[in-house]
This record gives sequence, structure tokens and C-alpha cells, in this order.
Amino acid sequence: MAEAQLDTAQAERKLAYVNAITEGVREVLLEQPDAFVAGEDVAGAGSVFGYYQGLLEQFGPERVIDTPISEKGIMGLGIGAAATGCRPIIDLMFMDFLGECMDEVANQMAKMRYMFGGHAKLPVTVLTMSGAGMSLAAQHSQSLEAWLTHLPGLKVVAPATPYDAKGLIISACRDDNPVFVILNKLSLALEGPVPEGAYEVPIGKANVIREGTNLTIIAFSRMVHEALQAADQLKEHGIDAEVIDLRSLQPLDTDTIVASVKKTHRAMIVHEAVRFGGFGGELAAQIQELAFDYLDAPIGRVGAPFSPVPYSPSLEQSYMPNAKRIVAETRRLIGI
Amino acid sequence: MTIQATDAVLLDMHERMVRIRIFEEEAGKLMENGKVPGALHLYVGQEAVASGVMVHLNDDDHITSTHRGHGHVVAKGGAFKEMYAELYGKADGYCKGRGGSMHICNMEIGMLGANGIVGGGIPIAMGAAFAKKYRKTQEVAVSFFGDGASNEGSFHEAANMAALYKLPLILVCENNGFGEYTRQDAHQAIVDVADRAAGYGMPGVVVDGMDAIAVYEAAGEAVARARKGEGPTLLECKTYRYYDHVGVRGMGLSYRTDEEVEHWKQRDPITMLESRLVEQGILTKRKITNIHKRIREDAKQAIEFAEKSPLPDPSELLDDVYYVQA
Repeated sequence: MAEAQLDTAQAERKLAYVNAITEGVREVLLEQPDAFVAGEDVAGAGSVFGYYQGLLEQFGPERVIDTPISEKGIMGLGIGAAATGCRPIIDLMFMDFLGECMDEVANQMAKMRYMFGGHAKLPVTVLTMSGAGMSLAAQHSQSLEAWLTHLPGLKVVAPATPYDAKGLIISACRDDNPVFVILNKLSLALEGPVPEGAYEVPIGKANVIREGTNLTIIAFSRMVHEALQAADQLKEHGIDAEVIDLRSLQPLDTDTIVASVKKTHRAMIVHEAVRFGGFGGELAAQIQELAFDYLDAPIGRVGAPFSPVPYSPSLEQSYMPNAKRIVAETRRLIGI
Repeated sequence: MTIQATDAVLLDMHERMVRIRIFEEEAGKLMENGKVPGALHLYVGQEAVASGVMVHLNDDDHITSTHRGHGHVVAKGGAFKEMYAELYGKADGYCKGRGGSMHICNMEIGMLGANGIVGGGIPIAMGAAFAKKYRKTQEVAVSFFGDGASNEGSFHEAANMAALYKLPLILVCENNGFGEYTRQDAHQAIVDVADRAAGYGMPGVVVDGMDAIAVYEAAGEAVARARKGEGPTLLECKTYRYYDHVGVRGMGLSYRTDEEVEHWKQRDPITMLESRLVEQGILTKRKITNIHKRIREDAKQAIEFAEKSPLPDPSELLDDVYYVQA
């Protein structure tokens, strides 16, 4: 567990997810003179989510830069600046806005190094916000990680905890590849232990956040917490669930997943994104390829139904995957 | 203040233009003879633009290019051998055979790639210009694009941001009259793309893109402005491509008349510059012939090099998808 790495004194310091993001970015700006933050309302407003607050005052307008509402331009700025010696941190306010800059992301950023025969290096980090739960409706609530994980050349991480948010942001910004850090808006107030100073959470390493014996629940981002709740509830039904927080989707820590499934013989995959065509399909395929003989039950998947994210709280609550659904789906799968 | 081209500059531009013309003529033959895979978009007719702009740039000034990008690589100082090898998809190519014609690049001379997406390079050049300003250099970035790309959102977003941040960027619109096979009057309601500069608060300049000296003078002003920190310029060069959108053909096509092609060829940029060089006593006709011969020979040798270069080993298929720390 990540927390186990902390010394006792540091572990006592708790920070909200939103402030852990700020700290991660601040550490990067302190250690890397070529790093700057650019995006919509990142400077004066400190981001609409508040996670850049104080950075303008500390680092000045040359390093914390408000941009026009121009996602193609912003993403291009990040690519061009990264290819020519800077280490930009680009803020894509809502992940839903990927549609406005998908050429820059998919055709330019992800492919430039390969197309150029390895002659380009793109140390650019994109912070972006995902997830439903705030009645922001269909265009401000999506979880579109599968759009990104399908693109060779990008790294994609999705922190579930404040500790991982700070550590993954630092790792992403120290990486010489384009990295998307997918944040979660409903997790902003979530508190957890966060050490002071700079530390890395390695990209490509999953975290076995709870150990168990007869079911592996694989989740990432906010669904990790729903998975943990589900694991508690499943105890009453004789299920001792292991919970894996993927943390990194690309590269994917297949070894940790497979080792766990070989031990527990059952796998339940959970993500907030629409289930059909979601990242969970890839996970299920890999598990059956690599651990087929160890499986005692079909691989389960919990995700959102095949619809846009609805507005009304009652609809949105029934749309979003949660612990209750994970428990129900697990019981159905195992027949208990 | 107009920047006058010295004799040395005229000779330099001439050399670059002839190198582009010959590189492209030979590349066209290779495509027609099935020697190279894929699609080539050739730059013949537009040589004055790349050359007139590029003589102002150093290796640390960056450019982005288009699907019609060979001319920009040559004018920026790219070597025939590595370029032809790339068109052949060979291991010695600039991109080790991974990019081909539409992604040909050379980072060492500040060439941030041809680009298969129309308008795709413009925001990237703006980002390079941003980095130059951020790092407090005197360097500039130049984005080449066509009249077709001026209708893409990427152009408008990058132009606005370049003007807003006063970036050292020169937006060079090579208006060759066509977005692929669609005539300019069928794809935009304006005649001069440079008119769009006013909407972003930057100077817009129209220049005869067949006249290398005119391009040189206008680009010189734009580059000087950018180096002084006075912000971007939209420089529109009216030009024409002799060949088809893809490949060579060029005549007998339905989207333009042969008369139109002939009309533009009457003002061939290389012929016009050569007349001037002879008039001014800078070159003789014989010397010009020798320059063409020398460059043609360079091209032939480079093609032989490309022919002999090995194909990339399939074991290298997955190299360079990611940067791996050594």
C-alpha cells in the first residue's frame, strides 16, 4: 500500500485531493524552470476547480498563463513548446473538451515522436477533469479515458487518492513523454495522507489497496472508493475481495492484475465510463488471455449504461456505478 | 524599411529553389515509376515561397510544414540523401522510414515536420513560438500552410493566441488557389487570406509568391518584427502548384484548365529569378546550367543512396513509440 511507504509523522498530514493537485503542480514549477501551466482560467481564477489557487501569486503570469477558450490552440501550444525545449503543463478544463482538440492529441501529440523516427521528445503533461455526480450533464461529466488509452504514444494515469494525485502529477511532469493525468471532480474534497515535498508515484504500477482471497476488484479513479465499500459489504456474503487501484491505464500493470486473479480466481472490473467499449473490455480480454485456467467465474464488468450522462440528480445517481451495484453484480456473477 | 537582397542572398535563394525543383521532379518520377510507396504531394511551382522565407532563418528557428512539405525541408537545409531515403521508407531516412513524405522532418535544423493534417502544424508552430518567448530567445517560428488550411479552426485559434501573446511567429499562407481539388472561390468568400489578419490584430501582407525577391523582402520584415518582440505577421504568398494535388500529372484535369497552368508557368519563379541574375551580371546562363547539372547529379547520387539503404528491420517496429530513459 502506498500509505505504508510514508513515515508516521508525514502520514499524519492530511490533505484534500484538490490541494494535493496544487502541491504536485507547485513542486514541479519549483524544480523545473522550463515548466509552466497554461489553460483556461488557470491563472486569475486558479482553475474553476480551484486547484491552481496561489500559483499565479507565487510564480507570476509568465509561468501561470490564462489562455483563450481555444483547446486546439492550447494543446498545440503544449506540443510545440514541448518539442522545442519547454515542459508545459496543459490544463484541459473538462475531459469532455477533448473533442475540441482531438487532432492535436491523437494525430500530433501521440504520434510525433514515432513519425519523426524518435527525433522528437514531448515532455508535456495534460491535467484534465473527468466524472459525473455534479449535475453538469452530458457534456461536462464524461469519463473518456478509453479515447486516450487507444492511442499509442500517450501515457494515461487516473489518481484515486490525494497521495496518488500529487505523486502522479510529479511523475508525469518528470516524464519525457506526453502524459494525461485524469482527475476526478467528485473526489476534490476527499482527504487523505499527503507528504510534504516532492515524491513520485511510479507510472505503470498498480496499487493493491486491499488484500483479499477470493475476488479481485479492479478499479481506478473514484471507483476505487466504491470498490472498497463494496469489498466491505461483500464480507457479509463470504467474499474476501482484493481491490486493485490501477492508477495507471497506459502503461498497464498487467502483472499485478494477473497475479491477483491467479490468487483469487475471480475478477470484477469497475469503471465510471460507459461499459460498452470501455477500458474494462481490454482488462477482461487480458485477464482471460493470461489467466484463463485460473478463473472460477466469468469476468464481471460494472460501468455506466449506454447513454449520455443525465442532468437530473435522480437520473444521474442511477446512472453512476456505485458500491451497491458492484455488490449486486458480484453476487449475481458468483451466484450467492 | 525594405530589406534589400544582396547578391549572396539572391544566389542562396536560387540554389534553394533549384534544389527544390529538381528534388521534386525526381521524386515525381520515382512515384510514377512505382519506386516509392505512398502518396507524394509535390511543391513544384511554389519554390519561391519556401526559399524566400527560409533564407532569413537559422537552424534554431523552427518551422512547421504541410502535406506538401518536401520544399520546406530542402529550403531549411535538409539533405537529399536522407530525404529520398525517407520517401523510399528506408532505414537511413530522416524518420527511419516511419514517417514518409507527409511526416518528413529534421529536428536538428528546426524542421518540425511535414504534417498530414491540413492546418495541423499551425498550433504547433505557435507553441514553438511561445517557448521561444518563454525562454527569452531571439528565435522565431514559422508555420507554412495553404489557403485550404486557413479555413481550419486550428489556424484561427493559433492566430488569435499568437497575436494575444505577441509571439515571434510568422504565418505563411501559400495560397496556391486550391484546397486539394477545390478552387479558392469555392472554399472561401474572400480573395486575400491576409484579410483575416485584421481580425486577430496582426499585420496581413499579400505578396507575389512567384517572385522570390518579393517574398524575401516581405518575409524579412515579418521575421525582423518577430525577432524584435513585436509579434506575429500573416504573410500571404500568391502562388501555384504545377502538378496535381497528389503526384505529377497536372494537365488535362477537370478542376482547372491547361491554359491556367500555362498562364502561371509564364511566371515561373526560377526562370524569373534567373533572368534577374543574368541581367544583373551575377550569373551567366552557362553557370546556371552548371548549377542545375550539379544539383541533378546530387539528386541522382542521393537516389542511389536511398535505393541501397536497407529497409527498416521489423524488429524495430515498436521503437520510439515512447521515449525511454537511457
